[in-house]
Amino acid sequence: MSEMIREDGRKFNELRPIKIEAGVLERADGSAYLEVGGNKILVAVYGPRESYIRRLLEPNTGVIRCRYNMAPFSVDDRKRPGPDRRSSEISKITADALRPALMLENYPRSMVDVYIEVIEAEGGTRCAGITAASVALVDAGVPMKDIVVGCAAGKVNDEVVLDLSEVEDKEGQADVPIAIMPRTGEITLLQSDGDLTEEEFQKAIDLAMEGCMQVSELQKEALMKKYSTE
Amino acid sequence: MIYVEDKNLVIPGQILADDEYYPGRGTFKEDGKVCSSLMGLVSLRNKKIRVIPLKSKYVPKKGDVVIGKINDVRFSMWDVNINSPYSGILPAFEVFGRDKKELNKVYDVGDVLFLRVIDVDEVKKAKLGLKGRGLGKFKGGIIVDISPTKVPRLIGKKGSMINMIKNKTNCKIVVGQNGLVWVKGDDDMEQLTREIIHTIEVEAHTSGLTNKIKNKLCLAIDGELPVEETDEEFVLEKPKLQNFKEELEQEEREKAEAEVQDDAGEDGGSEEVEAEENNDAEDKPNFYDVIKELKKKSQNKKDKNISYSDNSNNNSFILNNR
Amino acid sequence: MDIVPEITRESITSLITNDKREDGRALDEHRDISIETDVISKAEGSARVKLGGTQVIVGIKPQLGSPFPDTPDLGVLMTNCEMLPMADPTFEPGPPSDDSIELARVVDRGIRESELVELDKLCVEEGKHVWMLFIDLHIIDNCGNLFDAAELAVMAALKSTKLPTATIVDDEVVIDEENTFDLPINNEVAMCTFVKIGDKMVLDPNLSEERVASARLNVGVTREGRICAMQKGGQQPLTKDDIFAAVNTAISKTKELVEYL
Repeated sequence: MSEMIREDGRKFNELRPIKIEAGVLERADGSAYLEVGGNKILVAVYGPRESYIRRLLEPNTGVIRCRYNMAPFSVDDRKRPGPDRRSSEISKITADALRPALMLENYPRSMVDVYIEVIEAEGGTRCAGITAASVALVDAGVPMKDIVVGCAAGKVNDEVVLDLSEVEDKEGQADVPIAIMPRTGEITLLQSDGDLTEEEFQKAIDLAMEGCMQVSELQKEALMKKYSTE
Repeated sequence: MIYVEDKNLVIPGQILADDEYYPGRGTFKEDGKVCSSLMGLVSLRNKKIRVIPLKSKYVPKKGDVVIGKINDVRFSMWDVNINSPYSGILPAFEVFGRDKKELNKVYDVGDVLFLRVIDVDEVKKAKLGLKGRGLGKFKGGIIVDISPTKVPRLIGKKGSMINMIKNKTNCKIVVGQNGLVWVKGDDDMEQLTREIIHTIEVEAHTSGLTNKIKNKLCLAIDGELPVEETDEEFVLEKPKLQNFKEELEQEEREKAEAEVQDDAGEDGGSEEVEAEENNDAEDKPNFYDVIKELKKKSQNKKDKNISYSDNSNNNSFILNNR
Repeated sequence: MDIVPEITRESITSLITNDKREDGRALDEHRDISIETDVISKAEGSARVKLGGTQVIVGIKPQLGSPFPDTPDLGVLMTNCEMLPMADPTFEPGPPSDDSIELARVVDRGIRESELVELDKLCVEEGKHVWMLFIDLHIIDNCGNLFDAAELAVMAALKSTKLPTATIVDDEVVIDEENTFDLPINNEVAMCTFVKIGDKMVLDPNLSEERVASARLNVGVTREGRICAMQKGGQQPLTKDDIFAAVNTAISKTKELVEYL
């Protein structure tokens, strides 16, 4: 593997600096704040709770609904408020990424709402959102088989690298965001966007999974820090 | 092989033990390992592992006593919010028997009641009733809410915590298993009690909490720390749990009298029945009776998550079945 | 949907009647206030305000645009508010609610009518190009009294705003991101929100006070003590005396509030 240095000085397998904090909001049942590179993400969880959207409910289990939203001031050119096609897609795959970990059989006909707010965006917000959402779900006391974690790998200058920054994402050749359940290594989210050989793709998955395992430790630390006694 | 100790703080997905252990509440078994499904504290009894969550939503269970708020009055029942993903209903029949009455003249929207869950249907909707000691409508006081999983901690072993607060603040306190707490006393004491209850909620998973709370209460009320006193002395006192009943009783009696004068014979039904019941019960139920009752229940129901352990000296977070 | 228990209404009213509050404050006392600015590096101006448990984030983004025909030489302010569903279990996702629009407009009124932003300095070319400032309010945690928190956040964000310089070269606008200038501001404004509970006017209501209140009054006051925006809300009336007393309190409290900025 080459020792190429990336535009921000990172090694190919190095994550951007990450900070995670659990339980940051008063009203929400659970919440988390996450910073990775220039991303600032806030997540609130409500539920399991009664929902009036009856068509979404299931008779023998609880359901999860996610809303990924970018603040108008989170990007260089002001984004118009409200959902667009991109955020709707991310909302959907985020719910799908988190769902396999949730154990909601004991909460039939209930709804868990996950609200992901991107306060500032700098590449990789969907993975950051999933990572923060999992911490918020644990904070809310939602039963789970595992704490889902997200991380991306990609291809920049013909090299497979971990955790693309905004610049790398724009100029790079491919981006592969994934989310996993770290205990089993099962993949709950996978997208791939760009040009990769089969070998590069496999390398990207391996690298992204390594990244996920690192982030997973930080999730656990954040939760333990919030609730352990001095 | 076990990877954790009793009272360890664990998180979802964490592997707790191998095959020879049994997965209890808050855990699941996968690939021959017992794993936690919650963030909470490990509770180890013999070969059974459970995880007591730090936070959880109340799911109604038959036999629980809960505090509920009337959300709506309908043709033959009240809709009751019981601080849960599932709402409760109080059928008119449970209150009036076969008599026909106007429901909102008895309990109206916004009223807060102490109720028993008499049944839970397959979609977890709770059927509520008022038959039993101390059940009925609250008059005055404040409502404090805590996570239902902290209820046993608020009560303390053999009621030590709750009774200490009652003695010190002179407040009447009723705890619903759904995490709602009714407090009535002097204005300032109500607010102090609210603060104390919130402290207990936040610090429920820490040890030495009873003493911490005792100090806080004494400092707030007497302006000084308490003289050394052992926990046993506290436990030996026999304070009354449901003594808010006196109040209820008295008010119901007054109301009944007033209504008899106003409108002879109009009122009746359960409230009067209840008042009578209360009049009969000269020897008021003390806390131990309630505990005994609860213990009996928790023995009957193996997976009951609230019971009272008395084997520990350090007052740490123990909610195990015996 | 969310009904206030009758006994909660009674206990709060009885406390207030005796000049007491749940959290031990005086009737004319704000909760703890903290203000941070420059919290979002991608926004030209930003602030996060905590007022007790209430939390608000404001980001300000400038865009070049055309002036309104009747004010060809003035920049434009646009205030938008999102009461995010994360902030409160009763807030719904979707287009801004009436409450959200009211909040944005009342906060905007305080800023606009005090004329504290020197809009003439936001003109790049008269009649053609002016700076439009998008003030986006993000409500992230609602523990009562969003108005005062939002006004403080907008004020703090405006004061931290740096705009790129724009010049006209050969009929084209050239933006120089390297050379920025501070948004010209010549005053400060703060808002004091009161609710009526029983017979009393209570400053900075928390959530439960807000829910049992019969009426609300927002008073926007400048640093010099001039009234620049007001709004009466809620379903019950206020008396003239209630209003005069509140205005009097607001004028003295504003002096304390602008110290935080």
